[in-house]
Amino acid sequence: MTEPSDIQQLEARFESRIDADDRIEPQDWMPEAYRKTMIRQIAQHAHSEIIGMQPEGNWITRAPTLERKAVLMAKVQDEAGHGLYLYSAAETLGISREELLDGLHSGRMKYSSIFNYPTLSWADMGAIGWLVDGAAIMNQVPLCRTSYGPYARAMVRVCKEESFHQRQGYSIMLALARGSAAQREMAQDALDRWWWPSLMMFGPADADSPHTAQSMHWKIKRHSNDELRQKFVDATVPQAELLGLRVPDPELRWNEERGHYDFGEIDWDEFWRVVKGDGPCNRQRLANRVRAHEQGEWVREAAAAYAEKQRQRQQKPRDAA
Amino acid sequence: MTDSNWPLYEVFVRSRNGLSHKHVGSLHAADDEMALEAARDLYTRRSEGVSLWVVPSAAITASQSADRDPFFEPAQDKIYRHPTFYELPDEVKHM
Repeated sequence: MTEPSDIQQLEARFESRIDADDRIEPQDWMPEAYRKTMIRQIAQHAHSEIIGMQPEGNWITRAPTLERKAVLMAKVQDEAGHGLYLYSAAETLGISREELLDGLHSGRMKYSSIFNYPTLSWADMGAIGWLVDGAAIMNQVPLCRTSYGPYARAMVRVCKEESFHQRQGYSIMLALARGSAAQREMAQDALDRWWWPSLMMFGPADADSPHTAQSMHWKIKRHSNDELRQKFVDATVPQAELLGLRVPDPELRWNEERGHYDFGEIDWDEFWRVVKGDGPCNRQRLANRVRAHEQGEWVREAAAAYAEKQRQRQQKPRDAA
Repeated sequence: MTDSNWPLYEVFVRSRNGLSHKHVGSLHAADDEMALEAARDLYTRRSEGVSLWVVPSAAITASQSADRDPFFEPAQDKIYRHPTFYELPDEVKHM
């Protein structure tokens, strides 16, 4: 149907639109590789939001005050919302919700490795909000200008909501840091455990990131993994100092010449181990998600049956008339 | 699987009276009522709206992408529809 010369023309037009900072919308022609990359990235992002509800959901019933509990519930509800915005954005690329969920449940599609670490104490709620959401914001703010329209629009909503998440996390850390010796110890322990996994959230080093060059060319990504990781370290170290906590990296020091912090090497073996499914909680997180989906089956069936009944009732009087 | 049977709805929010409804995203729901409640929970958690529309996506008729279809072309060569097309003597200060 489409001649090769047509494809060349469409590709040229696509590239020129990308160069001109035009946004690509669902009905527009796009190279198959762009569509695939976009689906992979948006789906992974959506899955991360949904799986990300688990580590925090773990502490809702044990929040120290009613206020903290209400805040944590609002945050977890936001994560569900973010997942839904992103699933909708992915669906505009021609993949169904069912295929997306199946991809997650079967392990064929990935989610962020950070959620494969356990939340062992209340201080982890602070560290996650401060560090994990902080790292997510670094990643996500540039995505508000990503070249695919529906993804960019979803990210604008996500980013607006995400800054509350980081602040509530830091407020938990502040309360603990200003508390008793035991509370300060709890906060330090959380920072010790979450620091390195948070740095890993930016993905492999630029030299080992197979998708970066193409994604930057297509303006899906606007900054490289290492650039964003550096930005995160620079922003976060002073915040740790303000808390009176020690960042668990002996090589961390301010480099006057570069105007940035130097920091130690990430344990890439651990990084790849968790990505490949062998982190502390991979199996548990996925099993929980699959179970929740299966146990919700009757609810979905009941809602569909109810909707069908209502539809038939509305039709009957009209047919009779 | 029942998920695929839940139709897709487009959600429009009026952020305050005096403004028109604006498309904010979409969601799946079993029926109109569920779509409206889900839209409230999903798109107005921070008082973003005073009025909501949910429309089955299948009910929307859309123009084709500009890449494929000269649908908007008739408007392109009619620059005389814009006020800037007309040159006025300097003496005419405001018009």
